Amino acid sequence: MEYLPVVSTYAQSIDDAILLIAVLVGFWTVLTFTLFFWLIFRYRARPGQRAGYVTGEERQPKRFITIAHMLVLVCDVFIVIAAIRVWVDVKQTLPTAPETQTVRVIGQQWAWSFVHPGPDGVLDTADDIKSVDELHIEVGRPYIYELVSRDVLHDFSVPAFRLKQDAIPGRIIQGWFEATDTGSFDIQCAEMCGIGHGLMPGRLVIETPEQHAAWMARQGQAAGRALLASGRASG
Amino acid sequence: MATAEIRHAADEHHGEESFFRKYLWSTDHKMIAMQYLFTGIAMALIGGFFAFVFRMQLAFPGIEVPLYGMVSPAEYNALVTNHGSIMIFWVAMPVLLAAFGNFLIPLMCGCDDMVFPKINRLSYQIFLLSAIVLVVSFFVPGGGFGGAWTAYPPLSSIGDFSLTPLGATLWVVAVALEFVAFLLGGINFITTAMNSRAPGMRLYDIPMAVWMIVIASILFMASVGPLIAGAIMMFFDQQLGTGFFDPSRGGDPVLWQHLFWFFGHPEVYVVLLPALGFVAEIITTFARKKLFAYRTVLYTVFATGILSFTVWAHHQFISGIDPRMAHIFTITTLLISVPIAEMMFVYIATLYRGSITFSTPMLWALAFIGEFIIGGVTGIFLGASGPDIFYHDTYFVLAHFHYTFFPIAIIGAYAGITYWFPKMFGKKLDERLGKIHFWGTIIPFNLIFLPLFVLGQFGQHRRIYSYEAFPELAVGWMQDLRVLATLSLIAMLVFQFVFFWNFIRSLRRGEEAGENPYNANSLEWACPSPPPHGNFAVLPTVYRPPYEYSHPDREQDFWPQWQKD
Amino acid sequence: MRPIATTRSASGMSTGRLAVWWVIGSEIVIFGGLLGSYIMYRLANAQWSEPGFAGSTNPWIGLLNTFVLLTSSLFAVLGHYAAEHEGDGPKAARYLYMTFGGGLVFLLVKTFEWSTEISHGLTITKNTFWSFYYTAAGIHALHVIAGMIIMLFVAHTAKRGLELHRVELIGIYWHFVDIVWIFLFPLLYIAK
Ligand code: HEA
Ligand code: HEA
Ligand code: CUA
Ligand SMILES: [Cu+2]
Repeated sequence: MEYLPVVSTYAQSIDDAILLIAVLVGFWTVLTFTLFFWLIFRYRARPGQRAGYVTGEERQPKRFITIAHMLVLVCDVFIVIAAIRVWVDVKQTLPTAPETQTVRVIGQQWAWSFVHPGPDGVLDTADDIKSVDELHIEVGRPYIYELVSRDVLHDFSVPAFRLKQDAIPGRIIQGWFEATDTGSFDIQCAEMCGIGHGLMPGRLVIETPEQHAAWMARQGQAAGRALLASGRASG
Repeated sequence: MATAEIRHAADEHHGEESFFRKYLWSTDHKMIAMQYLFTGIAMALIGGFFAFVFRMQLAFPGIEVPLYGMVSPAEYNALVTNHGSIMIFWVAMPVLLAAFGNFLIPLMCGCDDMVFPKINRLSYQIFLLSAIVLVVSFFVPGGGFGGAWTAYPPLSSIGDFSLTPLGATLWVVAVALEFVAFLLGGINFITTAMNSRAPGMRLYDIPMAVWMIVIASILFMASVGPLIAGAIMMFFDQQLGTGFFDPSRGGDPVLWQHLFWFFGHPEVYVVLLPALGFVAEIITTFARKKLFAYRTVLYTVFATGILSFTVWAHHQFISGIDPRMAHIFTITTLLISVPIAEMMFVYIATLYRGSITFSTPMLWALAFIGEFIIGGVTGIFLGASGPDIFYHDTYFVLAHFHYTFFPIAIIGAYAGITYWFPKMFGKKLDERLGKIHFWGTIIPFNLIFLPLFVLGQFGQHRRIYSYEAFPELAVGWMQDLRVLATLSLIAMLVFQFVFFWNFIRSLRRGEEAGENPYNANSLEWACPSPPPHGNFAVLPTVYRPPYEYSHPDREQDFWPQWQKD
Repeated sequence: MRPIATTRSASGMSTGRLAVWWVIGSEIVIFGGLLGSYIMYRLANAQWSEPGFAGSTNPWIGLLNTFVLLTSSLFAVLGHYAAEHEGDGPKAARYLYMTFGGGLVFLLVKTFEWSTEISHGLTITKNTFWSFYYTAAGIHALHVIAGMIIMLFVAHTAKRGLELHRVELIGIYWHFVDIVWIFLFPLLYIAK
């Protein structure tokens, strides 16, 4: 029972933010629960003992509530900062390094298809590699993904990356990732997209540059043949 | 005025009424409350059964589920969708808001009925119609709607995508009708609480349960409108072929998400507040304590209500909204934890220096506080935009909202039912059976949903009818947790029969309750149990706030609102 | 028989008026949601001001209908005055019938307008502008019809001098229907 692999540059920072929240919120939960159970135990009805009369409007007892709620606010500030920092990194920045490549991720009922830029590294050229259900990327290289949908909403989710983004028909949504390790991982569709929503698994294959080049070479040949056979060039 | 009121109660006609007039065409607020309650319980049985069927499929993929059969992917989606819709719109809303609102508001405000009894009756009738439309939708060609209770278009608005063209339309119609029913119901809740309070009852003398139901109704009214408009647009998309939500024709599917969640988030507080109201009544009664900082509770509720309109897009962080918007919604979402935390602290502080009796209603009320805190704090993980990139639509979200909704809709409802049962039916419930039922519900509840947090943390996402296609999720220990959750659910469902048995047995052979079995303070305990038509023999006058327990000047540890001294 | 509850007035505001305001509040958010959505779409689609979209609506008919509705609201006010200050039920009822007539004219004009538009192929499925056009105006027209029906009931009792406070309530509602139109008119007809 190993924890989810951490395979993207930002996965660890998301996990760290989660840990921070867990600590802050966990502290409060433990505190309130301790107090709660202690009060229940301490003030259980006992013969001959009568309850006190506390309106809660007096300064002294009310202070505890006021202080506590200020402290909760302080915790909230830390959580917001942590959350926003990660968010800006994942959702609001795009890599600009020259080695960045762009892949197209297409959701449709009920399969993923992917367009890889091919050996020339540029999308929408003749050597693009199309694949169904399998996305091949290189470790250590930043990627921008262009997420589109052909019909309904889908959601491109890669738990090992801690990445998730809805695909919306009629829009192109951009985001990025950079893998830090090789291996093959689940791609899930995380937005209800109809009857086959549970049958829309994809696979992310992260390869070393050499493996990736070899894969591209194989695909290039196969794709060329398929194109000739079907006699149509699809967009 | 006073004499007129006495005369009214006396000349109430007690003639023979036909079954139809008494049970189906009644304008008596208590009968309407019962209609809502029993319809809600019947729907809970359906919703619970659906949960049983799809959880069996999750634990043992592909088996013949007892009482149901094989579950196809399409059926799985329809079961989940309608489970969610039923539990929220046809269980939580009617039981918490309508049943208790109808039963309690006139009694706690000390009047003989709702202000507009006929509108009240109409409200229930529309509600019943909506429930019937929903149930019919399961049986139409193509089956029930399966596009999730959030019904995101274009899946829900285009039959070719959902493959349930009829089911989807009936679902939208049912939901819209249900909204209309609760808008009509709200008229009565508001006007009765505002205008028909007993003489002497000032604003700060209103019991929390009434306040909460009234505020919840206002929240509902103020938030549901855009979604009603959205439902009409969706209906037209489905049936007339318009393209409001169809991007290929100039529409925008994300618009629906805004309309839905602008309602959807306030809605969670709409059901939360009544439950909090019941808990306030119960813990004060059984701790024999004044509610800690009554006014503070009200302020926190107002703050929550106002803030609740500003957080909706935390459900849409990754749905393609402008990423900069996420910051605003993260901040508002985190802010809302402050008033709710304060409210929880206040409730816990009410126990301080109390004298706590662990009756069944008290157990439910305390369990509500404990379980809800777990649900609430896990919401913080989701409200933080960064982590939500990972959590969105995982079982962590699912466990979060079951840890809020279950305490509200089921624990809160049981708290209310067990507490007011003597008033509703004139008999006491059996305490021993009540406690068996309590533990038989609470322990399995945690065993169902704690494992689901773990599964979510490991990336298991929602609305998947079988995880066999996902290598990372089709792991042995994960399957074991799914089985654990399912078996716990079965245990919980079995224990519900204890409740029904207790209910029926106590109706027949229960101990007579008398007017005020708990020595409680609010006005509903001033009338006979069950209250006759017209409620009070003499309509009461109010002399003090509702939670004057253990007042130092008094021999007795309670001081009813209606007692002059 | 009416419950005592109905006769109380702890807040100082009449119960009927509270109820009407509640209904109007609910309606405001419904229309608010619809018109808010419309405005968002409108801002995102510059071409909506051209012919084939809002460019093809007829502002003069819209103006005529605005005038008709405003006049009918005036009758509603006069009816309220007659009922409340003069206590004259029959007179109030006459004004209500005139308001009703205003509603009728409004609907007739609408029928004419819509049938022309539909015969020119500008149907609800033509494009999203027309979808909004028919949806918003259609829901509004339903409110006009509902108001007219209730108005007949109220006039019927008012004629016999009964339940005169209802004249005011239906009047409030009618003004509301009027105001919704005042929002619809510029949004659908003028902003080109
Ligand atoms: C009644 C039900 C209910 C309630 C009360 C809540 C309460 C809250 N919810 Fe929840 N929520 C749902 C029902 C509910 N929710 C549902 C149904 C969904 C999913 C819908 C779907 O997609 O199908 C959902 C989903 C959901 C999401 C979207 C997740 C996603 O899909 O990606 C988020 C994100 O922000 C969220 C946040 C919160 C927050 C911050 C609260 C807060 O109100 C909680 C505040 C309470 C506390 C915080 C506890 C008390 C405080 C303390 C003990 C002090 C310590 C606290 C701190 C230091 C902060 N909820
Ligand atoms: C009030 C809300 C509520 C309640 C109480 C429940 C109760 C339960 N829910 Fe559900 N659930 C939702 C709201 C609720 N749920 C929603 C909104 C969704 C999302 C749907 C979607 O994705 O579209 C969902 C989805 C959902 C899923 C996800 C499925 C998926 O994504 O694939 C699962 C899986 O385990 C689940 C399980 C359960 C279980 C085991 C219970 C058990 O606790 C049920 C136990 C049964 C009962 C308690 C009823 C029987 C009791 C009585 C009849 C007694 C009388 C009743 C009263 C006093 C009221 N629910
Ligand atoms: Cu595609 Cu779910
Ligand atoms: Cu929310």
